[in-house]
Amino acid sequence: MAPRTILAASAAFALAFAGTGGATAKDKKKDESAAVKAARDFDKNPFPSTYRPYPSHPTLITGATLFDGKGGRIDNASILLRDGKVAAVGGALADMAVPADAVQIDGTGKFVTPGIIDVHSHLGVYPSPAVEAHSDGNEMTSPTTAQVWAEHSVWPQDPGFSRALANGGITSLEILPGSGNLIGGRSVVLKNVYSRTVQGMKFPGAPYSLKMACGENPKRVYGERKQMPSTRMGNFAVDRATWIKAKEYRAKREAGKLEERDLAMETLAGVLDGEIKVQNHCYRADEMAQVLDMAKEAGYKVSAFHHAVESYKIGDLLKANDVCSAVWADWWGFKMEAYDAVPENAGLLYKAGACVIIHSDDENGIQRLNQEAAKAQGAARRAGIAIPDEEVVRWITLNAAKAIGVDAQTGSLETGKMGDVVLWNGNPLSTYSRPEKVWIDGALLFDAADPKRRPVSDFELGQPGEGDVK
Amino acid sequence: MIARIALAALALALAGPALAQEVAVINGKVVIGDGSPPIDNATVLVRGGKVVAAGKGIAVPPGVKTIDAAGKWVTPGLVLAVTDLGLVDVGAVDESNDSGAEKAPFSAALDISAAINPAAQPIAISRHAGVTRAAVAPLGTNAIFEGQGAVIDLGVDSRPVTVPRAFQYVELGEDGARLAGGSRVAAYAVLRNALAEAREIAAAPAGSRRTDVLLTRGDAAALVPVVTGRQPLYVHVERAADIRMALSLKSDFPLLRLVIVGASEGWLVAADLAAAGVPVLATPLNDLPARFEQLGATQSNVGRMAAAGVKVALGAYGGMSPAITQYAGNLVGLTRIPRATGLTWDKAFAAISSGPAEAMGMGERFGSLRPGRAGDVVIWDGDPLEAQSGVVAVYIDGVEQPLGNHQSRLKERYATPGEGSLPKAYDW
Repeated sequence: MAPRTILAASAAFALAFAGTGGATAKDKKKDESAAVKAARDFDKNPFPSTYRPYPSHPTLITGATLFDGKGGRIDNASILLRDGKVAAVGGALADMAVPADAVQIDGTGKFVTPGIIDVHSHLGVYPSPAVEAHSDGNEMTSPTTAQVWAEHSVWPQDPGFSRALANGGITSLEILPGSGNLIGGRSVVLKNVYSRTVQGMKFPGAPYSLKMACGENPKRVYGERKQMPSTRMGNFAVDRATWIKAKEYRAKREAGKLEERDLAMETLAGVLDGEIKVQNHCYRADEMAQVLDMAKEAGYKVSAFHHAVESYKIGDLLKANDVCSAVWADWWGFKMEAYDAVPENAGLLYKAGACVIIHSDDENGIQRLNQEAAKAQGAARRAGIAIPDEEVVRWITLNAAKAIGVDAQTGSLETGKMGDVVLWNGNPLSTYSRPEKVWIDGALLFDAADPKRRPVSDFELGQPGEGDVK
Repeated sequence: MIARIALAALALALAGPALAQEVAVINGKVVIGDGSPPIDNATVLVRGGKVVAAGKGIAVPPGVKTIDAAGKWVTPGLVLAVTDLGLVDVGAVDESNDSGAEKAPFSAALDISAAINPAAQPIAISRHAGVTRAAVAPLGTNAIFEGQGAVIDLGVDSRPVTVPRAFQYVELGEDGARLAGGSRVAAYAVLRNALAEAREIAAAPAGSRRTDVLLTRGDAAALVPVVTGRQPLYVHVERAADIRMALSLKSDFPLLRLVIVGASEGWLVAADLAAAGVPVLATPLNDLPARFEQLGATQSNVGRMAAAGVKVALGAYGGMSPAITQYAGNLVGLTRIPRATGLTWDKAFAAISSGPAEAMGMGERFGSLRPGRAGDVVIWDGDPLEAQSGVVAVYIDGVEQPLGNHQSRLKERYATPGEGSLPKAYDW
């Protein structure tokens, strides 16, 4: 898909969320009941983002090596941030209208990337401390819970957000429900900026995604309760039956015959309408192939398979279906469906021309997505697949943004995009490198040199290690 | 083709005892592993399965097989302390997992050396990541004592156990509290009682026991080497106060040879740890208050302990990745962060080689390329602490190890996508 098309599609998502209701005026009947109206013209954005970029100074970084996130590399680069946006990127400073009061940073010997994006995080829904009272990521009371929204579980004081920022350069992340259910609920995309409220963290205009899971987890959780699904075939049967209901719901709504709202069905219908993306936890290649057929049958598209440890077996199929694989670098063997994981997964997918994302699913791994990408790059190189650094950086920036539908706003360093930028003290694909400064929407929100320019969550105040380097 | 040769080598190695135990690796960038800096264009000479010499100006005797490691790094094998390697095929497949024994009638008496499977894939995969020795710990009984761990090598042969019953393992933090009945108070009562019962047996090995004992004779007898100082006691604690409590055990049981495992808040009691001279196997990079017992966790923990003179090495990694070099590399990265404390490259490498070996009491046997140590040598295609680097060759006791495994075979099969004239299943 051409970038322009992606932009247009993303804009459509944003518009859909700004308004209320999917039906057009010509569908409406004058004599319809209030119940029918309520079921059709519901507010699709009842918990709107209140995030506002923090004040920023115009900032110019010069002399750095810049990976733009879309596969480009500029040596001795300059980048100007102004009004919270990327105002100019390039090699030649002369072309830039640099404000006289711009903060100037010498990036010689340093590296610049877009803010890092993790498409698979449970920060906030499984926060630290990981006590039972904080276990809010899996609504395991029914195998399909499309009605739940991850944002209602997010604890915005999770100390994990600060570690992801300071050590990992994470500026945006998708928080997903867990994989205990076949249909786990809606995700939420956040800017990695602490707020008193979840709404204050929500990425403006980001589409929702639906978390789905195949394989061992759902069948284990419900099978142990002697409940369906207890098998992989049970997984598919429950999924398909649910999509059939969703189609009926949608048809009834469009026909003006729906008289009762159903939160689960509203989400599923949103998927069928193309407004809500699908993020599908799936390990095995054979299951992914069957999910793709199920998606065709139901009429939706899978945006990314998550974990996807066997994607390398079906790189051609994933490429043909334009589905991303969000993978670990080298997690292996901890469960049966992870037994065929290989460290060359990302490299083989890249070679097949399929979309690669490195994700974390882990409050520690999110602090090192850059290193995870580097490990995958090294394993690929040893397998004879040479991948330039600037392409590897795409795995944790623009590809990630694309999978969660925010690629029009962030994920690459292009004029007009959000000023989400990391200045690294060395090549980000080195184990030895760390973020030196991180800007989100142009605002400096982490500075390794400034003890106060690092977030400390409410939880940490007055406790051992408050404000420590972590 | 390469894979076929690897498989043949595997079959050969499994069939008989070790083959040649002599090798000279020349022209490499040699890391001794004892905290000294790397030596360019150096030689490592292994004979009789042991390191004879490593460094510059070493003459290679005629007839010794020579490997040219020009442009490569040569290090001792990595030492993984506190792991379940060899006890598990797949963690979540219970019947393949011998790391826990929640329903067992014994605890301290459990001896995990009986369950080590040298053919388990996790061993092959860790070997491919440069690990040659490990302290395998039992983790998961229904009591605070988890049983007796073993020191193993990761070689492809039928004798994986270097030292059986190498240590006893006890939980004394939040986990210990839960296992003892609900509180740390209970955990310490259980611990002190158990050591007292062991003392009674030590004093009168053939004598009859009191009638109100809590431990089975097997469990109490298994603690005799602990209470008499013949077997190290690995104590898993994270909280600063718990570390202090563990150290205080020495006042009542002076012969205990403690090794502290975990120690996320070790930096807060670094002076006590240093004064006690107790080795620490620290989980690296913990920086989240994942539990109330590690509110003070910071990645600078290891560096701060080392700076305070604590004998600290890395261990108890957990996690899903075999890349322990990445942890050590991160500690080097910390040295460039204002206010953070890390380790120099040389000390960081020692923290995953000689450091854990010494904490295990095995520093004379392996963990570095100093003369007399086991001929455990790894050749890398770059700086081993860099995420992009990988292993080229592994020697254990001077014997070259096959590096093929389930993962490498899959990688080869799927190097090209799509089916050929026959299904993929015929491509092997």
